Amino acid sequence: MGVTKEQVEASLTSKLNPVHLPLFFFRLYKEVIDTSGGCGASFAVEIVSEEFEGKRLLERHRMVNAALEEEMKEIHALSIKKAQAPQQWNPTPEDSSTTATTPTTDA
Amino acid sequence: CSASSSALTPQLRDTLEKLVNSEKVVLFMKGTRDFPMCGFSNTVVQILKNLNVPFEDVNILENEMVRQGLKEYSSWPTFPQLYIGGEFFGGCDITLEAFQSGELQEVVERAMCS
Repeated sequence: MGVTKEQVEASLTSKLNPVHLPLFFFRLYKEVIDTSGGCGASFAVEIVSEEFEGKRLLERHRMVNAALEEEMKEIHALSIKKAQAPQQWNPTPEDSSTTATTPTTDA
Repeated sequence: CSASSSALTPQLRDTLEKLVNSEKVVLFMKGTRDFPMCGFSNTVVQILKNLNVPFEDVNILENEMVRQGLKEYSSWPTFPQLYIGGEFFGGCDITLEAFQSGELQEVVERAMCS
């Protein structure tokens, strides 16, 4: 099987220059969701990058697809859960516990 | 099919242009609206049904030429692909996010009224 999590991570890191590395969530679903062929790797990604600044959602997703052009030939399914500029990024409770950059009111 | 030459001939581009404009909303998917063959395709079908949108479904598993040509036509590597008002709107993730934010309803309504 061609594509690994590390490869996907490396390509996205080099081409999209993500500002929140801990936000990279890669999961391997392999043959769980898609019943049509079940032929290969399936990934879900979340990215926050300054490259997304001022770009529409469709444009941002296209950038992610382009960054993974080589891998896409072998990736069975890619789900882009999040593609945001730093300003748009609202950490969810689970995120903020690991980043601790947002001040809490009851500190 | 690896890095072969373009699958999108001028004739095919012409055909696809007619196809995406054949209805206000056209969904290129794996399977049909009644029998989606993939979870991502099914998600978009359910969203369109939920919005009560009339749409045309095209099963790309049954037409390899449309499948390959459309990837280039849309500059989008995966399916499903949703077209609204003759324009590429997005895949499953974009459609889902737009549905949740209410943007999808607006775009559909605008296309229906035009």
